[in-house]
Amino acid sequence: MSGILNSSIGRKFAMALSAFFLMFFLLQHFAINILSVFSPDTFNEASHFMGTFWPVQYILQPILIFGVIFHFVMGFILELKNRSARKVSYAKNNGAANSSWMSRNMIWSGLAILAFVGLHFYDFWFPEINTKFIDGDWSGLHNGEFRYFEELQHKFHSHVRTILYVIAFIFLALHLLHGFNSAFQSVGANNKYTKGLNGFGKAYAILIPLGFIFIAVYHHLNHVLS
Amino acid sequence: MNMNLTLKIWRQKNASDKGKMVDYKVSDISPDMSFLEMLDVLNEQLVNKDESPVAFDHDCREGICGMCSLYINGEAHGPDRGITTCQLHMRMFKDGDTITIEPFRATAFPVIKDLIVDRSSFDRIQHAGGFISVNTSGNTIDANAIPVNKEDADTAFEAATCIGCGACVATCKNSSAMLFVGAKVSQFALLPQGQVEATDRVLNMVKQMDDEGFGNCTNTGACEIECPKGISLENIARMNSEYLKASLKG
Repeated sequence: MSGILNSSIGRKFAMALSAFFLMFFLLQHFAINILSVFSPDTFNEASHFMGTFWPVQYILQPILIFGVIFHFVMGFILELKNRSARKVSYAKNNGAANSSWMSRNMIWSGLAILAFVGLHFYDFWFPEINTKFIDGDWSGLHNGEFRYFEELQHKFHSHVRTILYVIAFIFLALHLLHGFNSAFQSVGANNKYTKGLNGFGKAYAILIPLGFIFIAVYHHLNHVLS
Repeated sequence: MNMNLTLKIWRQKNASDKGKMVDYKVSDISPDMSFLEMLDVLNEQLVNKDESPVAFDHDCREGICGMCSLYINGEAHGPDRGITTCQLHMRMFKDGDTITIEPFRATAFPVIKDLIVDRSSFDRIQHAGGFISVNTSGNTIDANAIPVNKEDADTAFEAATCIGCGACVATCKNSSAMLFVGAKVSQFALLPQGQVEATDRVLNMVKQMDDEGFGNCTNTGACEIECPKGISLENIARMNSEYLKASLKG
């Protein structure tokens, strides 16, 4: 058991577990963000709850940060190991004949998502950590009202930021289109339910990023058209 | 109609030579020839010119032995499906085509000469656990005396049709051997005769696979598409779950 993470299958398994966790987190993140379209008040309340509820802040948030870092670091380790497994490349290789673009380019879609995570942290997470842990302000208020919805709207005033978010979500969709079902295969689940699961995975991989794109574009257009 | 072709072939004198692609012309190639027969024609030309013939692996020439390899126009065993290189026919190509022919590429499959690679890493994986121990002292029990579920027997048989050619490794972008090892683990994991050594088998075979320097599977599915015997990805999933169970036990 101790050496499991040193084996190729153990690393795949760990990669898949972190992927499951991140996919669940993504769903939860989307469920809260979509509230900003339908009910700013509910979005504010949900955001304040998530931002101040101690189990979320002190247990789930550190697990999430660890999950994100682990997934990226393990992804890089696997990529380096895989590259060393073929030191001489083919003069002619027809990868498209037997595999999808998404499956062959997980490292590139992953790097695009990593760059986005950096931007997203700069936009929302670092200011939030600063307000709560440096300034010590846990009220969630600005000028007597909840600040979360206004902060969200303000970020999407910029054309460039909105475009960057849309591009990042397209890469997220490409990553998930392979990653969702790949994670199940890695934990040894390939059976009579696989076909149905593949369909669900494709729907998840398209609908969740599309939903995030809708939220970003909705707030941007609200600003542009107002 | 017979064809005139340009061949771009990897030539490498020995394991330590750097190697390079060399162009050759062959003419009057019948579409009914097999790919290996076309290479025989080329080699006859080269021998007649006192040049070194192109070294390539072959044996049964009927898709059973797993000896022939070759990466043809960017695909293991060439552009057709469910076949080995010896079963590839020249009718898959057109007059005037340029065909690129390379050895299977993987750190664990070092080139010996030209298009021949050393696939003994597969043998070492098999030695690590691809067997069952049976008493052959005269009291051997007939395997058919043990009832086996029909579905399991069929699935085990399908896994056992792997001929160990290495196309899965050659075609995988990570040079992963997991389809091969998955098939070898599965063929015993599904049968009662394989249960006694099941834990050690999967742990030892995976360890040997990793030690040989094969890459990690990222589930692109390319191996399943290019496998001449249609070995399914289900075998990798089965190996994964067998490995996890074995790791928890061990």
